[in-house]
Amino acid sequence: MFDFVGKRFWFLLFSTIIVIPCIISLAVAGLKPGIEFRSGTTMTLAFSTEVNETQLRTALADMGYSNTVIQHTSDNDFIVRMEQINNEQNSLLISALDGSLDTVTDQKEFATVSQTVAAETVRNAIIAVISASVGIMLYITFAFRRMPKPFRWGICAIIALVHNVLVVTGIFSILGWAAGVEIDALFITGMLTVVGYSVHDTIVVFDRIRENMLRSSGKFENVVNASILQTLTRSIITPITLIFVLLALFILGGATIRYFTLVLIIGCITGTYSSIFNASQILVIWENKEWSRLIPFRKRVDSQV
Amino acid sequence: MKRNNLFLILILALMGLSLWVILPTDSTRLGKTGFQFGLDIKGGTRLVYEADLSKKDDSLSNDEVMASLLDKISRRANTYSTEPIIQKYADDRILVELPGVKDTEEAIGILGSVAILEICETDGMGSSIRTDAAGKQWFVAVGNDGTTELTGKYLKSARVGLDPNTNKPVVVFEWNDEGAKLFEEITGSNRNLGKSIAIFLDGEKISEATVQATISSTGTISGMTAPECTNLAIKLNSGSLDVPLTIVQQTKVDATLGADSLNKSLVAGAIGVGIIVAFMIFYYGIPGAIAAFALLIYSVIVLAIYKLLPVTITMPSIAGFVISIGMAVDANVLIFERLKEELRSGRSLHSAISEAFRRAWPSIRDSNISTFITCAILYWFGNAFGAYMVRGFALTLFIGVLVSMFSAVLITRTFIDILIGEGFIKGLSIHEVKKNV
Repeated sequence: MFDFVGKRFWFLLFSTIIVIPCIISLAVAGLKPGIEFRSGTTMTLAFSTEVNETQLRTALADMGYSNTVIQHTSDNDFIVRMEQINNEQNSLLISALDGSLDTVTDQKEFATVSQTVAAETVRNAIIAVISASVGIMLYITFAFRRMPKPFRWGICAIIALVHNVLVVTGIFSILGWAAGVEIDALFITGMLTVVGYSVHDTIVVFDRIRENMLRSSGKFENVVNASILQTLTRSIITPITLIFVLLALFILGGATIRYFTLVLIIGCITGTYSSIFNASQILVIWENKEWSRLIPFRKRVDSQV
Repeated sequence: MKRNNLFLILILALMGLSLWVILPTDSTRLGKTGFQFGLDIKGGTRLVYEADLSKKDDSLSNDEVMASLLDKISRRANTYSTEPIIQKYADDRILVELPGVKDTEEAIGILGSVAILEICETDGMGSSIRTDAAGKQWFVAVGNDGTTELTGKYLKSARVGLDPNTNKPVVVFEWNDEGAKLFEEITGSNRNLGKSIAIFLDGEKISEATVQATISSTGTISGMTAPECTNLAIKLNSGSLDVPLTIVQQTKVDATLGADSLNKSLVAGAIGVGIIVAFMIFYYGIPGAIAAFALLIYSVIVLAIYKLLPVTITMPSIAGFVISIGMAVDANVLIFERLKEELRSGRSLHSAISEAFRRAWPSIRDSNISTFITCAILYWFGNAFGAYMVRGFALTLFIGVLVSMFSAVLITRTFIDILIGEGFIKGLSIHEVKKNV
């Protein structure tokens, strides 16, 4: 029988190693906000003739729009992100493009967001993530009310959740400066889904611990280990099936939801990991009051490396 | 077993009913008009207006102003486009979705312009002065009392007509009784008969004509193209807006782009679900096949609910549907893994099945409730800033997870009970577990 709980500090160390670069990237570079969060214009353009990215960039710069982000999609469309322009400026821009690139421009999509809306969106997104976390923590405390210290279960689930949120936002922060990936309202949606899924997964393991505690009187860490083992097949099979679907959507689903599915894929993997290797393990650490071991343990490992 | 047979009939009836609702996809069964697709799929224009409530009439409350704006914009949108969606959100925002509308600029002009119509005269008794493009000054015409200005609020109706002399399009408007009385006074022989009067819209002169005869109830505005006439008639009919509006957010999506994304996601979703089904059958054998069949019924029911509510289908809501299938699979996996365990512990097949369902239930329930909490918050989040895509995702995920609980504990259960429990099928892969361990 594999001893998951016995290696709890190693698992936490692994999580720390993953989370630290995420936190550093978030602290240094932050997330690259899309127009929904910082105002601006985004448009999807297609041209009747062969046009490359450099030509488009030069043509836009000639009109005075130098600060543009241009993305050439697989369908030969161009997604352009730039400062906020109004409809008049937009019509001028399209006709100017037709002239300078000697082509016919088809504007498939045009969107602008103003400063005020962007500020509200940021505020609402933060409120949404925080209230989801609090709501879930209260629910878990309620669901585990017959356990001794039900609050702990909620806190541990939230620690796993924060871990997942950090990994997903951290990876998107890295993608932001490395590949220009911006976050939008769909990213927040994906993030909240990860929050929900992460807890969904944690609860399955917690539920088994709860059930086993009512039936056996063994040491807490043994009960937890047995529970992790009993739910292990499920913990692996469910995310695998989910990832099948998400990968299909990611590869074939088109540009609109590509990064959204990426959020879910990362969240699915980290959610599974944290349910088995973080949430339940921290429960044991808390029960055994081993907090002090966390610090010396790390020092010891550091000196070995 | 009588209970199972009853459930089986119920499930099949529900599936039949759902199929009847869904097919054909544009059917109007139960009074509904086919699947509703969001703008990101069917293309169109989406506008968010912000009302400048500081300019409102002090006698009205903010809510009254917003309700009146919503009503007027709805009337304009309903004449201008088909199946528009007009919603108020936050305190001062109005969201307008116009499916199929490509000319964003025209739409903005029609829906959001204040549209105050004023009749103006050259030597006025009134005190309001308007200046036309040529720099000429006009006075907003007043009745013989010297104070009542003749404006669009006395309009009864406006429509597009043809000038019988020039055969050019004109807007024909009709005053209500009060307006007719004022107009009669203004065009009277002692006032403007034989003189020029002008019509101003939102402070700009749109028409000028010489008064040929004293007229009361109707008038015409000429000098515009046919589409301009149509747009003006739309604006005049709805009445002028109470406060000015500004555009704070706008999106235009091309229909071909949307159709393309829809097709791609559907193909991707189908492949993903196909892999799940293959995997379930490969891994769990006959019970896996049963679960796959239950998933099929599940999907049909969910789609029928989408169509009946209706749920607006957008790209994210398709993703929500697909994820809810994943959650439905999870419920089945939880049950089957539990079934294996119970069989390993030496229970008989019958008691193992009922134990597996009984014990897997708290996990299914608790984990799904956490998803419900997230859905509720997502729905609020989507509503709070008019992100229909986020709201759609939350709604589809919620419906999906709710039905998946029903599907796992009732549909899968009934099939397993009937096929395995009653011994129709023997030598299952799950049976092997018992022998091997």
